[in-house]
Amino acid sequence: MTDDRHAQLRALAARQWRIALTLTGAMIAVYFGFILLIAYAKPLMGRLIVPGLSVGILLGAGVIVASWLLTLGYVWWANTRYDDELARLRE
Amino acid sequence: MTETSLGAPSAVAMTFFFLFIAVTLGITWWAARQTKTTEQFYAAGRSIGPVQNGVALAGDYMSAASFLGISGLVSTTGFDGLIYSTGWLVGWPVVLFLIAEPLRNLGKYTFADVVAFRLRQTPVRIAAAVGTLATVAFYLIAQMVGAGGLIRLMFGIPYVWAIVIVGVVMIAYVLFGGMIATTWVQIVKAVLLLGGATLLALLVLSRFGMSPTGLFAEAASQQGDAVLAPGRLVSNPLDAISLGMALMFGTGGLPHILMRFYTVPDAKGARTSVFVATGLIGYFYLMTFVLGFGAMVLVGPEAIRSVDAGGNMAAPLLAEVLGGTPLLGFIAAVAFATILAVVAGLALSGAAALSHDLWVSVVRHGHSDPAEQLKVARVATIFLGVLAVTLGITFEGQNVAYMVSLAFAIAASANFPALILSIYWRRFTTVGAVASMVTGTVATLVLIYLSPTIQVDVLGHDSAWFPLRNPAMITIPLAFVVGVAVSLFAAESAAADGFTEMERRTHLGAVAD
Repeated sequence: MTDDRHAQLRALAARQWRIALTLTGAMIAVYFGFILLIAYAKPLMGRLIVPGLSVGILLGAGVIVASWLLTLGYVWWANTRYDDELARLRE
Repeated sequence: MTETSLGAPSAVAMTFFFLFIAVTLGITWWAARQTKTTEQFYAAGRSIGPVQNGVALAGDYMSAASFLGISGLVSTTGFDGLIYSTGWLVGWPVVLFLIAEPLRNLGKYTFADVVAFRLRQTPVRIAAAVGTLATVAFYLIAQMVGAGGLIRLMFGIPYVWAIVIVGVVMIAYVLFGGMIATTWVQIVKAVLLLGGATLLALLVLSRFGMSPTGLFAEAASQQGDAVLAPGRLVSNPLDAISLGMALMFGTGGLPHILMRFYTVPDAKGARTSVFVATGLIGYFYLMTFVLGFGAMVLVGPEAIRSVDAGGNMAAPLLAEVLGGTPLLGFIAAVAFATILAVVAGLALSGAAALSHDLWVSVVRHGHSDPAEQLKVARVATIFLGVLAVTLGITFEGQNVAYMVSLAFAIAASANFPALILSIYWRRFTTVGAVASMVTGTVATLVLIYLSPTIQVDVLGHDSAWFPLRNPAMITIPLAFVVGVAVSLFAAESAAADGFTEMERRTHLGAVAD
């Protein structure tokens, strides 16, 4: 691998690491935010938005949806940008 | 609801049960004919499609504990049970972002392949095998004890017989069919479990105009608005955070999950499989909202607790209310299939640690012919099957919930930090890796022993030395700090030099360039 290629790979590795870390941080914020609200904002979590739907249940489902969206976001980035860069490096 | 046919072996339950066994043993027979090499035995010849692997990952991960345990918890406590529904999912995105693709590009059969990539083989393999086997052992205990109790409750089969049946069938899958059979058993199970849960959820919702909020509102009007709000389960926020850390980072350290990424052709396949698995597992946990509240409304918390104090029979009882004995029989058979698929995955990853990591790399220093490797893997499978049955019988009647959280805590503390540091940190060293893995394992075991779960619940003491029920909050950071500090204390130039090649392989894979 030439020095130039190597520099490109290192740049790509750094970008992948930044994105992976940002998304992991987002997942941590979402889930532990949910747990902290349960621990310290019980009345808010129990408040009913409509009959049968409390803020807590909505946010709980929201954690699952957020996991899906973050996963989707990463896969979208990887399938387009990341794979393109890899293909160029492999040439 | 006053009477249940639960515990009486029904013809329907037996029919579904034997049908599942017959089909999966048929798959095993088919798989055995194409299991000739170690690559086929451990990694299904790397020929599993990404979507298939995603479904199999879901089948490997969704245990009877989550199906029966969470719906039971929701049906008896309401909202509090949902904390678990979300917690069991949030580790998956982390696996996708940080682990799945590098693992596929760097390793062969086990996660120790990755940690040992540029470090000294022998010490790293031994430490990783200890972490793997500790995780597998505690996970197996939880599954086997759960299986024994469950099958006794559902079919009326004596506990010991239930354990032996699970052990024998599991050995048959893995011994003859290796990863190919295990994969298809997990796929069949995932389809059955997701289909069964969907069917139950639709039947519940059909009684409430297909409206989940209509169902929740009925639960609130029967049991009070408190069931839609956080209750007593999270009385200590630190406990909840610590358990959450174990679940979030433990998923990325579970050997039987990590091993599945080697069954797809390339890193992109690993990426797609986590995407599919996250979708399916999240969908499944959303279903538990409906199943749990459905059981609360249609069966009632008292009736559920009267059958099993832990509430574990909520989903089967709900099935009986909705579809009588036939549906109960089907759901009972699904729960059984669920256990078999998980223990098969666990046994296979344990066998890989014993044969690939310990025998081939440590005892034979990498010089072992393929026939011998396969033979050792099969002996290890029988050993683990016998061990699982023995553990299941020994721990009869133990509370299994803490065993699962213990397995996750060990995986998160012993395996996850070393794996992350080895992939992403140039200055990680052999001694640092071993120190991190050993510290993670030992600290977790010691702190669990000193925690209220053992000291108060099991030993009956008044108080415990260590306040948290799950030690992950302490042990995960500790394993990272020890791994970094020890590596910085004594540099290993060969390991740092190897990082450049490792970084290339992490992204480009083995074939490129």
